[in-house]
Amino acid sequence: MAITTVETSNPEHGSEVAQESAWRSFASGPWQDGIDVRDFIQRNYEPFPGDSSFLAGPTERTTAMWNKLSELFPAERERGVYDVDATTPSSITAHAPGYIDQAHELIVGLQTDAPLKRAIMPFGGWRMVAKALETYGYPVDPELEKIFTEYRKTHNDGVFEVYPPNVRAARSSHIITGLPDAYGRGRIIGDYRRVALYGVDALIATKKLERMEMDMQRSTEDVIRDREENAEQIKALGELKKMAASYGFDISAPAQNAREAVQWLYFAYLGAVKEQNGAAMSLGRTSTFLDVFVQRDIAEGVLTEESAQEIIDDFVIKLRIVRFLRTPEYDALFSGDPTWVTESIGGMSEDGRPLVTKTSYRFLQTLYNLGPAPEPNLTVLWSERLPEGFKRFCAQVSIDTSAIQYESDELIRPAWGDDAAIACCVSAMAVGKQMQFFGARVNLAKSLLYAINGGRDEISGKQVAPFAAPLAGEVLVYSEVRAAYDKLLDWLAETYVDALNCIHYMHDKYAYERLEMALHDQEILRTMACGVAGLSVAVDSLAAIKYATVRPVRDETGLVVDYDVEGEYPTYGNDDDRADDIAADLVRTFMDKIRRQHTYRNALHTQSVLTITSNVVYGKHTGNTPDGRRKGEPFAPGANPMNGRDTHGLLASALSVAKLPYSEAMDGISLTATVVPSGLGRVRDEQITNLVGLLDAYNMSAGFHVNINVINRDTLEDAMEHPEKYPQLTIRVSGYAVNFVRLTREQQRDVLSRTFHGGI
Amino acid sequence: MSIDVPLQSRTDVIDADDDLRATAQRSPGDTGAVHSWELVTSVDGPGTRLTLFLNGCPLRCQYCQNPDTWRMRDGITHTVAEVMDRIRRYVPVLKATGGGVTISGGEPLLQSAFVARVLHDCRELGLHTALDTSGFLGARASDEMLRDVSLVLLDVKSGLSETYREVTGRELAPTLEFGRRLSDLGVPIWVRFVLVPGLTDEVENVEAVASFVESLATVERVEVLPFHQMGRDKWRRMGEPYRLEATEPPTPELISRVCDQFAAHGLTVF
Repeated sequence: MAITTVETSNPEHGSEVAQESAWRSFASGPWQDGIDVRDFIQRNYEPFPGDSSFLAGPTERTTAMWNKLSELFPAERERGVYDVDATTPSSITAHAPGYIDQAHELIVGLQTDAPLKRAIMPFGGWRMVAKALETYGYPVDPELEKIFTEYRKTHNDGVFEVYPPNVRAARSSHIITGLPDAYGRGRIIGDYRRVALYGVDALIATKKLERMEMDMQRSTEDVIRDREENAEQIKALGELKKMAASYGFDISAPAQNAREAVQWLYFAYLGAVKEQNGAAMSLGRTSTFLDVFVQRDIAEGVLTEESAQEIIDDFVIKLRIVRFLRTPEYDALFSGDPTWVTESIGGMSEDGRPLVTKTSYRFLQTLYNLGPAPEPNLTVLWSERLPEGFKRFCAQVSIDTSAIQYESDELIRPAWGDDAAIACCVSAMAVGKQMQFFGARVNLAKSLLYAINGGRDEISGKQVAPFAAPLAGEVLVYSEVRAAYDKLLDWLAETYVDALNCIHYMHDKYAYERLEMALHDQEILRTMACGVAGLSVAVDSLAAIKYATVRPVRDETGLVVDYDVEGEYPTYGNDDDRADDIAADLVRTFMDKIRRQHTYRNALHTQSVLTITSNVVYGKHTGNTPDGRRKGEPFAPGANPMNGRDTHGLLASALSVAKLPYSEAMDGISLTATVVPSGLGRVRDEQITNLVGLLDAYNMSAGFHVNINVINRDTLEDAMEHPEKYPQLTIRVSGYAVNFVRLTREQQRDVLSRTFHGGI
Repeated sequence: MSIDVPLQSRTDVIDADDDLRATAQRSPGDTGAVHSWELVTSVDGPGTRLTLFLNGCPLRCQYCQNPDTWRMRDGITHTVAEVMDRIRRYVPVLKATGGGVTISGGEPLLQSAFVARVLHDCRELGLHTALDTSGFLGARASDEMLRDVSLVLLDVKSGLSETYREVTGRELAPTLEFGRRLSDLGVPIWVRFVLVPGLTDEVENVEAVASFVESLATVERVEVLPFHQMGRDKWRRMGEPYRLEATEPPTPELISRVCDQFAAHGLTVF
């Protein structure tokens, strides 16, 4: 085959034979002449139009394996970490093989030599490592400290050497936050499928071919960098083979069967999470790819449904225990210890066939076989045109587990093709052909306060943005506020992209994702993924200024510290164009300003409307806002309307969010919606039908993303303690629905005592 | 249209008579008094629905959880065209969810001419329509209007006249008559019964509701709605004397007893 016939790669006759047997009975095509996983999938996958009745439950082995692992979780929760290898900087090959229960594992491989034992990854920054070790009571090895402070520069060191003062000021005043300048940027998806389909040797051969082309170009700065990265990629692939060999597997040739395909793919992913502590280490879009191998084995009589499911279950067990050593501050920002092992499932092919296969179902089935869990982050690419049986199964799983998020295949496919996957939460990218420079986000609400105060910080009083005349007068005038805001956002966009350029230059230089990028094409699309937070606060504040009377309250230094609002005004989240138009306009305006900035490596500008879970932290650092929100109060998450201001039901609220144009926020727009099971229907079948209907309605209205929470009793109790997390919790009370968090505590208790008494 | 209903019974319903008289005149129904709208799922009929709450109600139910919808003058005046503009933008999503439009209140039949026009325009758009009513003003619903109704959510507040009067301040007979008419016309019905301990929970009262419902040919389901105290604050805010201050929600045992009573009549009950 063409891709192995490279003079440098020593193609033995044996590997040709291995390839031929690995590809037996696959439909041939261009995928055999070059790396093209999508072409392989398109020519070989079998859409599954049926329902979930074929699925198998967990085997005894699976249950025993999961139970054995589960016994370790309480100690981990209590201590924060289960164990740490504090002296071995992680690399693809640094740690000896590790097992949960070697004799019974179907898919093997751990990040270190034992389950839940975390590794140190100092290339992003030494301080983060040292701090984490101190926090969890592990000694900091003086020799390592010396190496990573005296001899070896880290990403974090590099960034802070080149940040200009305006970036530092914007950063420390929290108007730009969460920047990946001290931790791994993540949000890069290696095409881990390539290892299973082609074997590592063919991938190395391809990289060597690419190098030959680079060698024919003059040695300019860009070309030199490309060559160095290529060399690193080839080395990483070699290390990957070595790591697999330590577990007793030779992955130089393609996988011969389903179990090997999963194992090969997992080794590739494992290599990535051994090497990089990225904020989000997503898996890609693997289920339908793997289905081709699984169905071939079933057809050959080697696998049964039960044994096929068992392999997927064992794979998912491994994905559930990916761990990184992080500091408590980091965990606070992200509300926990997320890894975003996002797997994208479903969607439609460009030719109109659903990309739903039996293995798409099998991935979702793990939520039953192993119980619900946040990781892997199972993401369904939704289209109204998906097969009815699959839609219903997804809705059922959502109702039972609240563990699925949905993204619009109808928006993703036209933009990024039908082999795109989600990185992290909402960032769609063509697998193996695209990566992003993750950019965290700016605080739009705080920016508005800066605009009103002529660039001064509303909390510290410091001049952070360049001086402008503060808005004078007794009443805020909309046109004046918009003009000042516009200028402020010009400065913000400039400062922000400057920061990102510094960060990604240094990340490429000191913490390059060798293996993940080895599983990409040479020519890739890079996006500069900017982001905004506090959208709903900014929008409602502007709506108040425009439609009501807002009087600024100034302190003795003339700083506006509060606002008196008189009169009614429309709020975002009620499908009211007066407010929603402001939201769409704001997203468009800021995107335009981002687009005017030069980006590192000529990355394509994008932005997200996403806070992940840090809406609380952003709120903490933002003063009183003209919408009546008090200083320190949390923002709504992502693109969500503010808690309690969306009074026309869940769908009306979602339709407001759906008006934000995806073309101006191509890194994703996030909505979190929460309903109680009885809020979806009287009986299970009705609940499923209604949830499918809601997802279809949102999808056809150009809604991009939605987290669906279907809440049980425990969650209601949690909602009483943390109402900010459940702005849309809808409950059915005697014939109509109310918003749970708007009820008094007494009423909430009342609901809690009644709603779950088996009657409904 | 005449208001062929017996007025008074409980003294506190008198303040509703003004609205009854005012709407009894033939009106073209160009405008209506609207309280609010909401997009809800699985509450007021199948699928996801745009529920339009109208102002004005002839009853004064002791357990009412929306006393703010009692009087027409508290509503916002909207034209049929304005309401239809709102509805029209949701036609695709309502259809996608297998839902439609529900007109609720207050008592929608108080403004029957307005409601008839909205229902008709909805049917023209191919939407499923539901009417959420106590049936007390059933006489105001013409056969022609009912042809535009896909489903009636019929609130049968009690099965015994005495209890009905005690609960609502009005007579039971019009509701029974309306139910029979719907049945004769073949209009599908979901019956709702609010279960209030000490007020509507008597075995005989439930039995009377169940027997009546069983006699109707078009009832698809019965929903037993347990009383709750969600409306209490609204009563306080409105300064209305609230008689159920001390009433507790029904126990699970009571709920299942009542559900069983309906089920024993061969009804599908939730």
